[in-house]
Amino acid sequence: MLAPVKVAVCMKEVPAAAAPKRIDPGTKRLDRSVEGALNDFDTHALEEALRLKDSAAETEVVVVSMAPERASESLRKALAMGADRVVLVSDEAAAGSDLVATTAVLAAALERESPDLTLFGQQAGDADGAVLWAAIADRLRLPMISQAASLELQDGKVRSKRQTEFGYDVLEAPLPCVVAVSDAINDPRYPSLKGIMGAKKKPQDVVSLADLGVEPGRAGEAGSRTAVLALAEPPSRGDSRRIEDDGGSAATEILSYLTERKLL
Amino acid sequence: MSILVYVEHHEGEPVKGALGVLSKAAQLDDEVTALVVGSGVEPLAESVGKHGAARVLVADDPSLEAALPQPRVDVLARLVTERGFGTVLFAATVLTADVAAGLAARLEAGLNWDLVDFTLEGGSLVGKRAALGDSVLVDVGWTSEPRLALVRSGTFEPVANGGQAEVERVPVELEEWSTRTAMVEQAHEERAGPSIEDADVIVAGGRGLGSPDKFGMLEDLAKALGGAVAATRAVVDAGWYPYATQVGQTGRSVAPKLYVACGISGAIQHKVGMQGSGTIVAINKDPNAPIFEYSDLAVVGDIHEIVPRLTDLVRQQRGA
Repeated sequence: MLAPVKVAVCMKEVPAAAAPKRIDPGTKRLDRSVEGALNDFDTHALEEALRLKDSAAETEVVVVSMAPERASESLRKALAMGADRVVLVSDEAAAGSDLVATTAVLAAALERESPDLTLFGQQAGDADGAVLWAAIADRLRLPMISQAASLELQDGKVRSKRQTEFGYDVLEAPLPCVVAVSDAINDPRYPSLKGIMGAKKKPQDVVSLADLGVEPGRAGEAGSRTAVLALAEPPSRGDSRRIEDDGGSAATEILSYLTERKLL
Repeated sequence: MSILVYVEHHEGEPVKGALGVLSKAAQLDDEVTALVVGSGVEPLAESVGKHGAARVLVADDPSLEAALPQPRVDVLARLVTERGFGTVLFAATVLTADVAAGLAARLEAGLNWDLVDFTLEGGSLVGKRAALGDSVLVDVGWTSEPRLALVRSGTFEPVANGGQAEVERVPVELEEWSTRTAMVEQAHEERAGPSIEDADVIVAGGRGLGSPDKFGMLEDLAKALGGAVAATRAVVDAGWYPYATQVGQTGRSVAPKLYVACGISGAIQHKVGMQGSGTIVAINKDPNAPIFEYSDLAVVGDIHEIVPRLTDLVRQQRGA
């Protein structure tokens, strides 16, 4: 039996897969007025937390997020999957936060919860960022493992396989620690009907920067150290061609394409 | 503007992407400093110097042997603070992304990632970042120093100018908490033939192959084209092909002149590892495969029909 632990899972709301994605030319921020959904990558972190809870029922799973208040719709799915409660940091002063500002806020929320294990997904599906956990670990002065393709909890330590460019390393970190899991680690469960019904009764605690004791100057654009200067169309890859094969005929077309471009 | 380039290394060699960033930085500033961190890494300084560094700082200590990010943040934070570097550049890898992000938090510094270029505009550093699946090119800047940047790997080719750098050992002092993560076992690389990073032509296979034995067909095509075979994470995870051939976010980043993607759907995780390729030819039976959105030649069809024929045709043409 594993010792019960408190697990925080940091989750982000991103535009839903089917929603149009655009950067608002006025604010130069991602347009978040479209339908939102949980960042897929983060559901792997939640699944890993729920597996710990499956093997030790006293484990508490808290979802921590920073988003406009309407994200509570998306976050309800995390509760339906089995999380115990949500802490949603929602404050207009936090809009437009970059890495430094976001992690100042999230670290304060995590510090208040003081979990044994803090989990992240491997990246944000919208900003392609894969940087949050390392900054959070540094702010909280906690050991960290990223790109974890496995996670075992034993004797107060986390042991993970870390996937890198060169293969799998085996890393070990004592609790409390921060782990970012890869999406190869598990297949997230679907919420059960019972879970969906129960999710409505589970607490979603909406907190402000003031509640966390974060000065407004540390969040949002005021607390950010990067800026978007301009937006442009990317250079086109040139004329993209499309051909439909008919019983292998495309081979000849590929050959002449490569020959034209002097790639043979 | 005092640029510091962090040079990661693996098995006694600086990684190619880091030397590329160094070469690019040397075009903007002829006083670029490079930093190498590890154990027994001083010999790397010579090669780093040849790629444009005027000075190479070496943090060489047994406690830095394992490729772990947090002790590296300690070394960088001290150097950047004491010496006042205005800009710190990283070629993005799993390790350096963690180092850069940790450093950003430690120094309250701005970090821009996924840069595909950087320039000086009116004396200020401006990064170019491809966002939203490369559908938008964003100019990004920094509002304070130091400016931290992660450059998309495979972006710049290393240029050896034959220069010689001044080498300086720097002190290593680590925080107690940053050394709590331990490396129990370091990945051992199994190499299968030449590295895919150096190949001019890559033929890559994904789940659409259907079974591992179909890689033989790709090997034939690669041989005919004078290239190497690569694989997606899905098939490497399934044990179909060796890890060293994996292209993507957690694998290698490649930028060959020609990339032939066979039965690869083109998830973002794969795309980030090969989008720098010169010409991308994709063959997939699914007309809606995402890879077609960034291919130069999109071929809708069955790889099992097309690939063997193409191999024959290439052989005939080359033989002629």
